[in-house]
Amino acid sequence: MKVVTLLLLAVLTAASPAAAQDARVDAARKEGKLVWYTSLALPSAEKVAKLFEARYSGIKVEVHRTGSQRILQRVMQELQANIKNVDVIHTSDAGHYVLLKDKKLLLKYTPAGADRFPPGFKDKDGYYYGLRATVNVIAYNTKVVPAAEAPKTWKDLLAPKWKGKLVTAHPGYSGVIATHVLALSHLLGWDYFKALGQQSVMIVQSAVDPSGVVASGERPVAVDGGDYTFYQSKKAGNPVEIVYPKEGVPLVVSPTAIAAFSSRPNAAKLFTDFTFTKDVQQVLADSEGLYTGHPDVTYPADKPKLGDLKLLSVDAEELEKRSEEIKRRFVEFFGA
Amino acid sequence: MRRLDASVPVWGLATLTLVLLMGLPLVWLVTLSVSGEHGVSLQHYVAAVRDLPLRRALWNTLVMAFWTGVVSVAIGAPLAWLTARTDLPGRRLLRALVMASFVTPPFLGAVAWVMLAGPNAGALNKLWRAVTGADTPAVNIFTMTGLVFVVALYTFPYVYVMIGNTLELIASDVEDAAAMLGAGRFTVARTVTLPLVAPAILSGYIVSVLQALALFGSPAILALPAGFHTLTTQVWGMFHYPPRVEMAAAVAMPLLVTTALLLTLQRRLLGRRGYVAVGGKGGARRRIPLGAWRYPAVVFCLLVVASAVFLPYGILAKAAFSRAWAQPLTWDNLTLRHWTFTFFEYSATQSAIVNTLELGVLTASVGAALAALLAYIARRRAVVGHQLVGFLALSPIAIPGVVLAVALFIAYTRPPLILYGTLWILFVAYVTKEMPVGYAQSDATFRAIPAELEEAGRILGAGRLRVLGEITAPLARSGVIAAWCFIFIGVIRELSASIILFTPDTKVMSVVIFDLKEEGQFGAIAVLGLFMIAMTLVVVVAMERVFGRDFMGGRE
Repeated sequence: MKVVTLLLLAVLTAASPAAAQDARVDAARKEGKLVWYTSLALPSAEKVAKLFEARYSGIKVEVHRTGSQRILQRVMQELQANIKNVDVIHTSDAGHYVLLKDKKLLLKYTPAGADRFPPGFKDKDGYYYGLRATVNVIAYNTKVVPAAEAPKTWKDLLAPKWKGKLVTAHPGYSGVIATHVLALSHLLGWDYFKALGQQSVMIVQSAVDPSGVVASGERPVAVDGGDYTFYQSKKAGNPVEIVYPKEGVPLVVSPTAIAAFSSRPNAAKLFTDFTFTKDVQQVLADSEGLYTGHPDVTYPADKPKLGDLKLLSVDAEELEKRSEEIKRRFVEFFGA
Repeated sequence: MRRLDASVPVWGLATLTLVLLMGLPLVWLVTLSVSGEHGVSLQHYVAAVRDLPLRRALWNTLVMAFWTGVVSVAIGAPLAWLTARTDLPGRRLLRALVMASFVTPPFLGAVAWVMLAGPNAGALNKLWRAVTGADTPAVNIFTMTGLVFVVALYTFPYVYVMIGNTLELIASDVEDAAAMLGAGRFTVARTVTLPLVAPAILSGYIVSVLQALALFGSPAILALPAGFHTLTTQVWGMFHYPPRVEMAAAVAMPLLVTTALLLTLQRRLLGRRGYVAVGGKGGARRRIPLGAWRYPAVVFCLLVVASAVFLPYGILAKAAFSRAWAQPLTWDNLTLRHWTFTFFEYSATQSAIVNTLELGVLTASVGAALAALLAYIARRRAVVGHQLVGFLALSPIAIPGVVLAVALFIAYTRPPLILYGTLWILFVAYVTKEMPVGYAQSDATFRAIPAELEEAGRILGAGRLRVLGEITAPLARSGVIAAWCFIFIGVIRELSASIILFTPDTKVMSVVIFDLKEEGQFGAIAVLGLFMIAMTLVVVVAMERVFGRDFMGGRE
């Protein structure tokens, strides 16, 4: 009887997903590494990479972190030179994935468990999936601005008293900001940005950077930026407070996909699956303050629930089509 | 007397290398700038001229470059004279500090000055408010004035070195002659010394202007936040997806023409006169006593080195060890996190250090040798068309690094030579880009070595190569070492071409720092920047020790 049980166990194990998983891991180990072009804030990206390397020894993750638009530039520039370096592409500009899919540069792959994600996190054709999400907010330095005087709405930022006090990130660098500009142009019209451009706004590049500028006090109020960056800054003890304007907050879902030309597809798939596991998604939510599409993830009590916010979504196809226009208008209004 | 000379193939090969190195990107640049959908077209030029933001950027660039040149000379010339010819106390220290400013990449200086003189969070402005109780900042670094100031702080060493090297070669006897005829010491300086160093001043001015024209990092860090562009930041933007390379090429052409004009002007002004008074023979150099003037002189020097070195490195050191750079350095704010992150968690760091070192040493060695050979060829008129050698060697200074990078990108992403994705494309870019500096340094060296010494050798029957090896090379040695160090430092500082030509495997430290800047990671920038400077100093000091010469021009 015991023997039978053991035999049964052996057969079961051999056929189990675990064994299939082992084969996948072996194939990935043979590839040895994967290259991840990511727009996730650098410390967060390195953290995810280190988690993966700890879980799957022998597979190295090369993190190449830069802004969404720079990543697209890099991918296209390298392809033009026939360099196939990148395996996993992660930006915050959903429009990129429309473009890359059209150009047949993406591998059709559904990360394990991603089918349970809400519709906004899934490409209808199954090429890319939302790894994380954030909302654009206003934030201010509490040492400089008393809570009572802080801006409550996007339009409050146009008041004369904020002239020379504001900082924005750039849609020509950041997908988070490109999405933000399109969403707010729907809500408030381009006139809003035209008026904002008259406020002597300091211009930084990454959507991560306004949080640093506000924390340092160089400019007391940020007119955009992912809420998670301000959340982290606040957690680190900086005098920063976040405002979720009632008019609505632009939701940015940052997709990830595997390059069709990846020379390390097994490692790329293993890594992609890993980033969609509950564990990693929970890390993104807990220590990074991000939102995710994973239905089982819980959020820190001091973060508003996505369901409680008025979310402004943009259509990826529209974002792709109007990408040039967004950048052009921004430069026209803000000067650089 | 025209027998076949063994040196001819050497000259030929060096010249050919130069022509290929400089010619290829130039040809690509011109070709692309006039390429339309249906053959040759001027559409990109027309579009560029019609583009208002581009015209503004061009104007900003010219303003910045002009004033950078002026400020660089205003700082560099007196400093060089004080160090080389007067009894200013602390001359050796001053020279070391100017060297420290020279090895500082301009973008690193710019980042430091953001932390020093940002209107609200900047340390100097906070101090100003605390002391005076004022509401408004004392200085705002995010302005054209701020930009010129910071750029000049890291460009004036070019002027300093060029003038310093020349002053070292002027024997005191000409000055003594004037003094004996009754001229006061400042009259001597004005009527004898100044005219003798005029070529060096002009060359220094031109090099500063051209450096500023091509600079990318500092405008990206200081001008963009204030909402204004220079040509280089505009051109860089043209390579974002979808790229507009042809337009960028067209925009680069006016810069090329400007440089050609500046160089022609320099030749016109200086070319015909003989400057052999700056010679290899001659007697001792004596120092001019400053007397009571030493006090304002010391204050001036202190101001300069404080702005270029002490303050920036002070704030970088603070940022490297504090959680929040803008907060006071209390126990709570103290951390080693940036160090552990930069060296152990950030995966780009280690390979970037290795890449940077490899490229620095390789480029400096090949570049210095080539530059010396070319300068010799041009000075001694060793090949037909030697006039062109100088122009070609100096021409890359007119091509903004980003544009050079794209020309190289196009040239080396297709057969027969696919270099993109390897360190070699960066090597080619660096050799090309650093050639003007290496060449200018070598040219100054050979200008100072009178031909009659070589002629003496020739008359005694030595071949040209033997004369070169036994007479010229020993005399030129210190100049060549200086060129090596210049090029090495130039490579470490290089950002504008690297930012286009790198791939993740071939990242260099400057690119990593720029990436970090765009994300606002000041702590990691400070750590990496300090490490980079330490590394550069170690290499340069090692070169000095091995070859026994202070490359900034000292002979003490």
